Amino acid sequence: MSDYALMWIAIAAAGLLAWATKFAGHVVPETWLENPRVHRIAAYVSVALLSALFAVQSFTSGTTLVIDARIAAVGVAALLLWRKAPFIVVVFVAAGVAAGLRALGWG
Amino acid sequence: MPRLPRLDAARQQAVSVALATGAYAISFGALSVAAGLDLWQTMALSLLVFSGGSQFAFVGVIGAGGTAGAAVATSTFLGLRNGFYGVSLAPILRPMHGWRRAWAAHMTIDESTAVALAQPANDPKARRAGFWWTGVGVFLAWNAVTVVGALLGSRIGDPAQWGLDAAAAAAFLGLLWPRLASRPAQAVAAASALLALALTPVLPSGLPILAAALVAVIAGWRAPSSAKEVPE
Repeated sequence: MSDYALMWIAIAAAGLLAWATKFAGHVVPETWLENPRVHRIAAYVSVALLSALFAVQSFTSGTTLVIDARIAAVGVAALLLWRKAPFIVVVFVAAGVAAGLRALGWG
Repeated sequence: MPRLPRLDAARQQAVSVALATGAYAISFGALSVAAGLDLWQTMALSLLVFSGGSQFAFVGVIGAGGTAGAAVATSTFLGLRNGFYGVSLAPILRPMHGWRRAWAAHMTIDESTAVALAQPANDPKARRAGFWWTGVGVFLAWNAVTVVGALLGSRIGDPAQWGLDAAAAAAFLGLLWPRLASRPAQAVAAASALLALALTPVLPSGLPILAAALVAVIAGWRAPSSAKEVPE
């Protein structure tokens, strides 16, 4: 199978699973999900995956660890988030910082 | 807007949330194309997955060189919280059957849940309006702006030159930030980031991210000493 077809299957699968997860919440009896352990783990899963995605996106290239212009960009992003800047501003400023540093020849 | 009837207040809140959320679909569209997906695939993700975190995760794993399977798994795990939103929403939206329920499930995201639950508990009409107006509003804005982002993304040459890789990192940080209010959540975040980085040189791309889910299981297994410690 071509990579292109495989990507389409993955997109369809991700969409179906996303919908099935949402639908399950609407139809399962409430008591099934009242288990506090299930609640805690589900809440931590979001934190764990987002943090891992952040780390990999910031400090790796392929399978190697790297420090480049992204570290300055995410530093500025953290500062903006701490100052309660809107999401879209944070994303654009981070791109600008990395693009600027690279235009100057660093990272 | 205290003078407005609650129903109008709910709708107004829904529209402003829809516009603000729709705006950042521009970064999703651009990042998806930078990760190697085409315009149609990018649009399909916004239409079918319709959950920002899961979509950013999917293209993040693909962009990092991960397999399609790892992208689907990461995207699905990140969408698990939507299942819990459905549990909170079901009593508000009831009675609901068939296609209407299927569509309500698709509209179940961070924003629609937050606006619905932000309306007074004794005003189910306002809560329902908050859910539907936010869900459908975000859906329309999110999908329209995704196209704009993807078209912009496909017009620029090297994504790194424009800092799009840094933009993706900042997007994950922005999605993570509001969930870091408690100490245990901060500890889970730190441990997950370190674990993913430590595993990056030894595991195929995509798997170090999935491995971080183990940190969540370990952290959530034991009951906390105080109920306030668990994040929303």
